[in-house]
Amino acid sequence: MNVLAQQLVLGLLIGGLYGLAAAGLSLVFGVMKVLDVAHGELIMLGGYGAFWLVALFGLDPFAALVLVIPLALVGGGLLYSGLFSFVVRADEETRVKNSLLIGFGLALALHALAVQLWTADERSIVTPYGGAVIMVGELAIPLVRLLSLLLAFLLIGGLHLLLARWRWGKAIRATAEDWQAALLTGIDVRRAYLLAFAIGTALAGAAGTLVSVGYSVSPSIGLEWTLKALIVVVLAGLGSMIGTFVGGLVLGVAEAASAAVFGGPYREVVGLVIFVVVLVVRPRGLFGK
Amino acid sequence: MTAARRERAWAIGILAGLGGLAFLPLVARRDDVLNFVFLILLSITLAQSWNIVAGYAGQVNLGHAAFFGLGALLARSLWIGGTPIVLAMLAGAALATSFALVIGAPAFRLRGAYFAIGTLALGEILRTTVGNVLPEISTLPTATIAGYRLAHRYYLALALAAVSVVTVAALAGSRAGLGMQAIREDEPAAEASGVGALRLKLTALALSTGLAGLAGGLFGYYHISYYPSHAFSPTWTFDALLMTFIGGVGTLHGPVLGAILYIVLKEYLAVRWVDFHLLIFGALFIAIVLLLPGGLVQAATRGRRLFARGEV
Repeated sequence: MNVLAQQLVLGLLIGGLYGLAAAGLSLVFGVMKVLDVAHGELIMLGGYGAFWLVALFGLDPFAALVLVIPLALVGGGLLYSGLFSFVVRADEETRVKNSLLIGFGLALALHALAVQLWTADERSIVTPYGGAVIMVGELAIPLVRLLSLLLAFLLIGGLHLLLARWRWGKAIRATAEDWQAALLTGIDVRRAYLLAFAIGTALAGAAGTLVSVGYSVSPSIGLEWTLKALIVVVLAGLGSMIGTFVGGLVLGVAEAASAAVFGGPYREVVGLVIFVVVLVVRPRGLFGK
Repeated sequence: MTAARRERAWAIGILAGLGGLAFLPLVARRDDVLNFVFLILLSITLAQSWNIVAGYAGQVNLGHAAFFGLGALLARSLWIGGTPIVLAMLAGAALATSFALVIGAPAFRLRGAYFAIGTLALGEILRTTVGNVLPEISTLPTATIAGYRLAHRYYLALALAAVSVVTVAALAGSRAGLGMQAIREDEPAAEASGVGALRLKLTALALSTGLAGLAGGLFGYYHISYYPSHAFSPTWTFDALLMTFIGGVGTLHGPVLGAILYIVLKEYLAVRWVDFHLLIFGALFIAIVLLLPGGLVQAATRGRRLFARGEV
C-alpha cells in the first residue's frame, strides 16, 4: 500500500512538469493553430541552458530560471521570426501540416546540434540539497521535485494572470478565439503570434530547467517530452492553462498507477494508449470545435 | 500526357539502373561497396513505401516504423526457425498489412496533423511494448553466421527496390492512384465526385505497409544482431520522410533520388561527425517545406524552365 502511495506521489510530482511542458505547446497551438513538434527539443535546450549556467557560473538551478526564461523568450521570438512567421501565412489546414513538418525538421536539427555540443550522455544538475527528502508519515518526498512542482504551479498561475489581465494577454486570447475578428477590432495579430510563441518557448525553457534539476536531460529526450505534452493537450483541451496543469497531474498519476499495476516499463504505453483512444473517440481531439 | 510519359521514362530509367546494379557483385568484390549499395536499395524501398501513403494519398504516417518493425520481427523469427527467407518476408509483410488494416479505419477518422500525431503515438506504443517484451538482443545462430552471404541480401534488396518502383509507377497512372491524388488535393471534393476516400486510403496504407513490411523483413535477414525494438525506432519513419521530401514527395523518382543523396551524404559525414548529417538534412528539410515543396524534382523542373527561357 505504501509503495503504491509513494509511486502516486512521485507521479504527481512529475505531473506538474508535464503540465508545464504542455502549457507552452497548448498556448502556441491554441493561438497560432501551429503544432510545434519540436517543443520537446526546446525543453531539452532549456535543460542544457540551465546546465551550462550552473556549471559555468555556479548559479543555483532555481535561480538560473531568472536567466533561462528571458533567454528562451528571445530565442522563441527569433524562432518565430525566422521560421514560424512563414507558416502562419497559410490557411489553417496547411498551417497545421506545414508546422508539423517544420517542427519535425527542427527537432532533428536541434537533436543533432545538441549531440555535437553536449555529446549524447545523460546529464543532470547536482545541487547540495539534491538528496534532501521530506518525510510525511512513511512517504518520502524529494525536496527538489517538490520545489519543481511548486514552481511549475506558480509559472502556470502567472501565465493565467498574464493572459487574463495584461492588455496583450487579452489580445492573445482574442486571436486564439477568432483571429479574423481580432484583426477587425484592430489587434496586431502578428504580434500576438510572436508573443504567444515567445512565451510558449519560455515555458519550455523553464520546464527544461526543472527537468534537468529533478530528473535528467540528454539530446534524445525531445520526442518523449513532445509526446507527453501532446497527450496532456489532448486530455485537457485548449483554452485553460489551469486545466492544462491539472491534465499534467492526471497524466503523471495515471502513469504511476499503471506502472504499479502493469510494471514500470509500461508507464509510457498507458499514456500513449489514453492519447490514441481520446484522439479516435473525438476525431479532432478534445480540442476539436 | 507529357507528365505521364516523363514518369514512364523515369520508371524505365530507374529499372535499367537497377538492372545494371545486378552486375555489381560480379565486378566489385569488396563487401563495403555492396553494403553501401544495399543500404541505398533498402532506403529506396522504405522511402517509396512511405511515398505511397503520404505522397500519393496525402496522409502523413508518422508510425511507419511500426510496420517495418513488424515485418522484421516476424520474418526474422520465421527465417531463423527454418522458413525460406522469401516466404518469411511475405509473412512479415502480411502481418504488417493486417495490422495496418485493423488500425486503419479508426486511424483514418483522424485528419491531417491528427492522423500524423496519432500514428506517431501508435508507433511509439509498439516500440515500447516490443522493447519491454523482447529486451534481449537478437543474434543469428552461429551456423547461420558461418553461411552468411552478403550477395543474397544484395539481390533481394535489388529485387525489392525494383518491386517498389514498379508498384508506385503502376499505381500513379491507375484509377486508384488518381483517386488517391484527388484525396490528397481536396478530400471533400474528391468524395463529392465519387471517389471512395476511406477505401482508397486503406488501399494506399495496405500497399505502403506491405512494402514496409518486406523492407523490414530484409533488414531482419541482413543484420547479424540488433535489438528487436531497434527496427521499431522512429528513425525509420524519419529517414523515409526526409528522403521522400528532399527528393520530391508524390513523384516516382523523387524518393529514389532522395534515398541516394541521403545515404551518400550520411555515410560521408558519419566518418567524421556522428549524426551531423541530421543537422544538415533537418535544415535542408525545413528549407524545402518552406521554399520548395516539390523537393529536388521541383528544383530540376524550375531550373529546366529557366534554362529554356534563357535560350528563347
